[in-house]
Amino acid sequence: MVARPKRLIAVLAAMAVLWAAPRAATQQRSTSVTRIVSLVPALTEMLFAIGAGPQVVAVSSYDEFPPEVKSLPRVGALLDPDMERILALRPDLVISYGSQTDVQAQLARAKIRVFSYRHAGLTGVFTTLTELGAAVGRPAESERLAREIRSGLDGLQARVRGRPKPRTLLVFERDPASLRGIYVSGGLGFLHEMLGIAGGVNVFADVARESVQPSIETILARAPEVILEVRAVGLLGPSDVAQAKRVWGTVSSVPAVQHGRIAILSGDHLVVPGPRVVQGTEAFARALHPDAFK
Amino acid sequence: MSHSLAAAKTPAAGDAGTRAMPSPIRTRLLKSIVGFGLLAIVTCLVAPLIGSSPISLARVFDRSVPFSQNVDAQIFFVARMPRVVAGALVGAALATAGVVFQALLRNALATPFTLGVSAGASLGAMLAIVVGATVSAGPLSAVPLASLAGAGLAAAIVYRLATMQDRAMSTTVLLLAGVTLNSFFSALIIFVQYIADFAQLYRAMRWIMGDLDVGSFDPIVAALPMILIAFALFAWLPSSLNLLSVGADAASARGVDVGRTQRLAFVSASLATAAGVSLAGPIGFIGIVVPHLVRLIVGVDHRVVLPASALFGASFLVVCDLAARTLLAPLEIPVGVVTAMLGGPFFLWLLVRKG
Repeated sequence: MVARPKRLIAVLAAMAVLWAAPRAATQQRSTSVTRIVSLVPALTEMLFAIGAGPQVVAVSSYDEFPPEVKSLPRVGALLDPDMERILALRPDLVISYGSQTDVQAQLARAKIRVFSYRHAGLTGVFTTLTELGAAVGRPAESERLAREIRSGLDGLQARVRGRPKPRTLLVFERDPASLRGIYVSGGLGFLHEMLGIAGGVNVFADVARESVQPSIETILARAPEVILEVRAVGLLGPSDVAQAKRVWGTVSSVPAVQHGRIAILSGDHLVVPGPRVVQGTEAFARALHPDAFK
Repeated sequence: MSHSLAAAKTPAAGDAGTRAMPSPIRTRLLKSIVGFGLLAIVTCLVAPLIGSSPISLARVFDRSVPFSQNVDAQIFFVARMPRVVAGALVGAALATAGVVFQALLRNALATPFTLGVSAGASLGAMLAIVVGATVSAGPLSAVPLASLAGAGLAAAIVYRLATMQDRAMSTTVLLLAGVTLNSFFSALIIFVQYIADFAQLYRAMRWIMGDLDVGSFDPIVAALPMILIAFALFAWLPSSLNLLSVGADAASARGVDVGRTQRLAFVSASLATAAGVSLAGPIGFIGIVVPHLVRLIVGVDHRVVLPASALFGASFLVVCDLAARTLLAPLEIPVGVVTAMLGGPFFLWLLVRKG
């Protein structure tokens, strides 16, 4: 009876080793990567930032940055990867989301290596960079980039240190004409962490989710001192800002509304957990602590 | 599909419109209006007092604090009151539309969404979200405006198809056209969602789930005239609907202008549905659960069922929304999920019972 759990543990340990071994193996034999297809915009940015850009032969339909990707073929994205086109490009490495298990199985049958990515906050940016650098044979470059990002974030953190941290509502989607369909950052994910480094306190930090759909009542009760609205696409005009202020005006008891501390930021660097997180975090920090950047 | 649907008939109203009932109609009407009315009043008075954040009523009505700085008053008047009012209106509109569609189609399983009106409304809303439309008309912003347009288009197509052959509407054509249009629009909705970007997709999905957190009285004011017109039209219907639910021929033999009644029923119920959906999204199951529960309590005479369903629908949705906004606070359960959790099992029970 005693032997059983022990044997079970031994079997599990063996399975873990067997499961881990091929993973480690794929990441070792890496130097020969010449044709990369990336289905993940954040990782496309990392590839270009560590000098593997020339090897990228196709990107996802959501890729916008760096400008070089504009001329590359598009092969679908998270929900609609175009397998035929991917195979036709004869890649030797495909970067896919961890949830794209069907894609990964098909690529495995075609004997094409897969780099599987899962979203895991800001720390995930660093671990992904290390793994990606190893996979494409550029470990030194990826370590250097990781150091740059880390020191950029540390610099921002030092710059806002000691200042009062405003309670902030970080909105990333909303009906443009009303306070309906609001999505905000909860206490998980890179947006929440960027807000923390930028010297703000997330009013929904206690909700252990990446996104929260708060009711108007909850927003009133949480009384944020700053409202940061993040928009991934589209340039902002003065009328957008005026409309946003008018829409938020219905909840006038919210301190951010009373003191006019509603900032609307736009650009995909704010929502892609890639090498540009420093720029995104700086935009947050400038909105939260304008005095620190004078 | 249509055969099995058509086979399940409404509990026959009998000759409710003409024959003397066990107790005089006036007494029963009075009793149920007082009963369901009291329930609706109590629900609407209690619901704004409960929520995810504790508030003090004394502070809500404290005039010494300016409204713009009174958090309790804003939670009460900006967050909760519009929700309760919207819930009551949408609940009443969808429940009565359900009653009318069930009588018109002579089908116990008909809902306000059977004939494609809500699928049309959803398609309109999805398009407005994905295109990023910014048009508005008075208090109506782009999404409700587009959903009304979609509902109107769907209703017009179904109406035209069902009245093509002869002067009276064919309920079979109505059902078939409605169900087909529903599937057709649903496919278009999926396509529009497919081409949407992530953030838009989030918002589109949220709209489909139904949401009463309207945030001000403006959207309610925009939907109110349509709901009131629909209710006013409903007032003409009950006696004719009683006869119609027995059969078009029987109704016609008793002097009912069948074509006119059908057209009036279709237009008014579609209007109520369109207004409700444009205000709060397609909140399901109210249009089927409420009418059947009310019939179990007050019988099948539409003169009683219609007003009782309006009042009970109002209470039902306000209570469902109360659950939606408090059970998992600070998170919300989409109200359509709450109505479906209660309505789904009931619907199945109804199907089994009918079988």
